[in-house]
Amino acid sequence: MSAISREDVVHLAHLAHIEMSDAELDKMTGELDAIVGAIASVSEVAASDVPATSHPIPLTNVLREDTVGQTLSIEEVLLNAPDSDSDRFKVPAILDGE
Amino acid sequence: MNELIKLSATELAAKLRAGEVTSVEAVQAHLDRIAEVDGTLNAFLHVNAKEALAVAAEVDAIRAAGGAGAEALHPLAGVPIAIKDLIVTKGQPTTAASKMLEGWMSPYDATVIEKIRAAKLPMLGKTNLDEFAMGSSTEHSAYGVTRNPWDLNRIPGGSGGGSAAAVASFEAPLALGTDTGGSIRQPGAVTGTVGVKPTYGAVSRYGAIAMASSLDQIGPVSRTVLDSAYLQELIGGHDPKDSTSLPNALEGLVAAAESGAAGDLEGLRIGVIKELTGEGYQEGVQARFNESLELLKAAGAEIVEVSCPNFKYALGAYYLIMPSEVSSNLAKFDGVRYGKRVLPEDGPMTIERVMGATRAAGFGDEVKRRIILGTYALSAGYYDAYYGSAQKVRTLIQRDFAAAFEQADVLVSPTAPTVAFELGANDNDPLAMYLNDVATIPANLAGVPGITVPGGLSENLPVGIQFLAPAYEDARLYRAGAALEALLEKQWGHSLISQAPAIDTASIAQEA
Repeated sequence: MSAISREDVVHLAHLAHIEMSDAELDKMTGELDAIVGAIASVSEVAASDVPATSHPIPLTNVLREDTVGQTLSIEEVLLNAPDSDSDRFKVPAILDGE
Repeated sequence: MNELIKLSATELAAKLRAGEVTSVEAVQAHLDRIAEVDGTLNAFLHVNAKEALAVAAEVDAIRAAGGAGAEALHPLAGVPIAIKDLIVTKGQPTTAASKMLEGWMSPYDATVIEKIRAAKLPMLGKTNLDEFAMGSSTEHSAYGVTRNPWDLNRIPGGSGGGSAAAVASFEAPLALGTDTGGSIRQPGAVTGTVGVKPTYGAVSRYGAIAMASSLDQIGPVSRTVLDSAYLQELIGGHDPKDSTSLPNALEGLVAAAESGAAGDLEGLRIGVIKELTGEGYQEGVQARFNESLELLKAAGAEIVEVSCPNFKYALGAYYLIMPSEVSSNLAKFDGVRYGKRVLPEDGPMTIERVMGATRAAGFGDEVKRRIILGTYALSAGYYDAYYGSAQKVRTLIQRDFAAAFEQADVLVSPTAPTVAFELGANDNDPLAMYLNDVATIPANLAGVPGITVPGGLSENLPVGIQFLAPAYEDARLYRAGAALEALLEKQWGHSLISQAPAIDTASIAQEA
């Protein structure tokens, strides 16, 4: 059984905001299917009584004093921006047709 | 070859302190070596000559002036170091070997870089890696492959192939790496060098461009175990900027390496992980591993066999958890605030379409594969079966380690199942590439520390021996690692790296 269809990959690429050509989608579908097939065995041992681990070394939540620390200047922040306009990032339209 | 570059970091530091050489001489010797061989190896993406020489001159001036200033210098002051280009640095570009960050200049330093600056180690430059540290061969770099100094047609391991190749080819005595599933240890193994993945949280991750945050760890790369111990003591310790940073600094690493080098392993219990030997491991790798065990036994260590039955699920769990975290961590590369921005060729010019075009052009194939895989593993309907199960496997692997460490003080295995493979050998088989990390991944899933030490040659290529220790017990790695290093060098009559062939710069066309 094929775990991942081409339609799935089209949907996933859209969710991940990565434009893909037809050739890329075909190749990715085959590769992902093989990879998922090889790693699906994890569900064999994942019994319901096994707790999940999200983090290797458990630490309690860390909070710092609510004081102003070191920050970057506007110039430093905008230094690497692809586009900016008077102290702000400039981006293309958020909505189509506006 | 200038003899200065053959010294270990510790030996060079001693000569600097004694006034036998200057830091400027040492840095220049390494820059000359980079100029000589890096057109062939491509270990460096950026060479930081001017700043490195300025820092060296500063150290020399402080030392020449003597007094309290000279006494306050860090033991490694003036010893040059190379930095994996996943770690952000002011004043040098940081690319993560991706087109996405081509020319990006970090406005801040990583915490480990602040420590290196404070200790006045001249930074030689930034080393090559698989794009965003995703790979086991450095073939996924957007800026060309790095070649293995032992055989220029073979991979230097990955993702930290640049740091490992730089240290193995005497371009630098020290380097920084990052290890998410073996990216320090596997390159160390295939280049005949030493690499350590510290306990998760022992070294701050602040300023390491995140790949998989619950697995990533910065660590040392060097030619000797003692050098790595010095470097980990320098870069380790609590950092308020990293919420996963351990509250206390790990101590006694240098002392452990020194005591291990004396060769006494009386009373040390070494556990051989049954699941990480035999099938799947090359004959030559297995043979060197068995010889190392005999030496350790003769030095007084007790060898026991331990079983970690859930390790066979580690690779699967890793390739679900890591891509899931990747898909989240790399969502920030959207062409808005920094990095590449690509405009779609036609159609409406909306931010969503700009993101799609930017990420299509900015990311390489392996990065896209992992983002899509992670997006899949986290999507509704699959989350429990994949990501949820993988997190449970993580618990089972931690339990396997806990049980094994009841029977043994350290565990041992080959670091990688094979010696370095030829460039391009796994181009069309991402799954085969993933198998290179089968022995290194369990440590990342459990957060425990690991070291690789050169264990000899097979087919004239280096084999690595890996030790693993319980969390917080990095000192045990340095003791066992330094002991094996000393035992092997005594048997051979020389270090392994001294046997590396001369780099034939004429054989490979210089890359642009």
